[in-house]
Amino acid sequence: MSIAPSGPLAALKAAADAYVADYQARKTTLPGDSHVRAESAALVAANGLPGPREEAWRYTPLRPFAEAQFKPTAKAEPSAALLARLPQVEATRLVFVDGRFHSELSGVPAGFRVTTGEPAYGTLARPAAEKLVALNTMLAEDGAAIHVPANTDAGTVLLASLATGAAVGFHPRHHIVLEPGAKLTLLDVTIGEGEYLNNPVLTFEVAAGATVTHLRTQDEGAGAFHLSTVYAEVAEGGTYDSFALILGAKLARMEVHARLAGPNAAAHLNAAQLLGASQHADFTTIVRHDAPNTASRQTVKNVLTGRSRGVFQGKIEVARIAQKTDGYQMNQALLLSANAEMDSKPQLEIYADDVKCSHGATVGALDADQLFYLRSRGVPEAEARAILVRAFLSEALDPISHEGARAAMEAAIAAWWAKGGTVQT
Amino acid sequence: MLQINGLKASIDGKSILNGIDLTVPQGEVHAIMGPNGSGKSTLSYVLSGREGYEVDGGTATFGGQDILAMEPEERAAAGLFLAFQYPVELPGVNNANFLRTALNAQRRARGEAELDAVQFLKLARAEAKRLSMPDDMLKRNVNVGFSGGEKKRNEVLQMALLRPKLAILDETDSGLDIDALKIVADGVNALRGPTFSALVITHYQRLLDHIVPDRVHILAQGRIVKSGGPELAHALEAGGYAAFVPEAA
Repeated sequence: MSIAPSGPLAALKAAADAYVADYQARKTTLPGDSHVRAESAALVAANGLPGPREEAWRYTPLRPFAEAQFKPTAKAEPSAALLARLPQVEATRLVFVDGRFHSELSGVPAGFRVTTGEPAYGTLARPAAEKLVALNTMLAEDGAAIHVPANTDAGTVLLASLATGAAVGFHPRHHIVLEPGAKLTLLDVTIGEGEYLNNPVLTFEVAAGATVTHLRTQDEGAGAFHLSTVYAEVAEGGTYDSFALILGAKLARMEVHARLAGPNAAAHLNAAQLLGASQHADFTTIVRHDAPNTASRQTVKNVLTGRSRGVFQGKIEVARIAQKTDGYQMNQALLLSANAEMDSKPQLEIYADDVKCSHGATVGALDADQLFYLRSRGVPEAEARAILVRAFLSEALDPISHEGARAAMEAAIAAWWAKGGTVQT
Repeated sequence: MLQINGLKASIDGKSILNGIDLTVPQGEVHAIMGPNGSGKSTLSYVLSGREGYEVDGGTATFGGQDILAMEPEERAAAGLFLAFQYPVELPGVNNANFLRTALNAQRRARGEAELDAVQFLKLARAEAKRLSMPDDMLKRNVNVGFSGGEKKRNEVLQMALLRPKLAILDETDSGLDIDALKIVADGVNALRGPTFSALVITHYQRLLDHIVPDRVHILAQGRIVKSGGPELAHALEAGGYAAFVPEAA
């Protein structure tokens, strides 16, 4: 006997059905591999969207997202104000507006290849396991396939997503391949105005000895939904080095799956979430150590004001073969108001017997002694608070070696603080 | 410079200061001595504006201004400096940046031009050298990993850079060996002059051999029970507090 779903489940089902209907109506015109797309459409039709009863989603209810319907729009132009928010750094620009590649705003790569115009599906994503990835696969229209040849340094690529708002929904699909010994710094900036859905999937194939530095700034519009999934597979001696600055969106979820597939592979999944008002942001990581001598580092800092809610879920899985694994995970939250909330869920699954794995979580307020010390030296209270918040973030920010990106992030943090990060007691 | 009349203060409803009367004229260095629990640190915190202390009565003026009504940062900009008994560690805050931020905040509050990074570093390096502080103490995080002596020297460095009109030194001698004590004392003595006053709070007479005060006051049970010249400190050292604090006998 089945019981008809009601409440949040009914809303999620209705939303999934509407997205499938949108796919059905447009499927003959969508670019790329129609077979991959159809498989995911069947998954969305059968499984729907992640619901509150799923363990991985219990802290992040998608109902607010399910209550709105987001659709692609005709080609739009970003405002000057939006363009001005892009970091001013020396980089090959790949600009997407409302999910579509914008060639006039983009540059031409030298020494590596970029293909756009259709979803870059790759083979690492798992739409059967991740429902939002199935949604992305079903509706993806564009993306960048970036291919860096062996022993080539591609320098810095600015992958920018600009959203113009107005209930637009887009599902970018990027695939990044680094051949052995290759190098790439990817500045991944997602910004926008108003209410919209950005549901990107990025997959990284990092071959032996290759290094990708993935520096992300999520500064989406105040009414936006940002639901992103990253898969990174790292071969022997390779590194997936990432930092995510999370500032924007009404509801955000960044999910990162990193698999250390060869000996001496490494992954750094650092993040800073700065939230205010009634924002909700969820940073979820799954690191799988599948080879010996692999290392993972996660330093996740949260600064929460207003009625905001931060979520961190970090899972480290160590396979039996992955001896001498070195896993470190630290999640810290600074609550600047009585109504802010942090939910932290570390998970360790260890099947090898010679490993070093540590994790920790702290939640606290600004230290009254530190605040008084600064003020007693003449530093005004608001400036003293800003100094202590910045100091709190330094452990996550300082490892960013790309100076231009770090400067842009520092400026974004300062702007966040100036416009509303101040304490609302 | 500093005029305190009948100052009463409490913490969590418990009376600590029970009517302090004290005047520190401009250019003078006064010492406050007293046994543990006499209210020495409370007096320094009340004067510098730390939260959690309730002023129950009396007045405190600094250069004619009612300092009890001012925010801590306003007191600092007016020229008041507290050298902490336990300097606070600030992980993630570079010492040089901290010092420059503090100095420029005060200069800004007084309508003076701010110092740029180059001007500041030149100044800070010169002062650090005078205090026998290695240059790398400016590059480290504020007080993080500093020894007890280094923390106290860092307090004196801040004082030297901020050039206060009145410095309150709260048991600056605690935890210092004799060499560090001499360096700290030299740092304070270097600032002495017609526009610098200090209130040196200490438990022991030792520090006062190196910073010779103009006046010595004995604090007991939240009141000044005796005042005198530097010889009073020696009398204390010889006879203990019992002679001045009957209840402590």
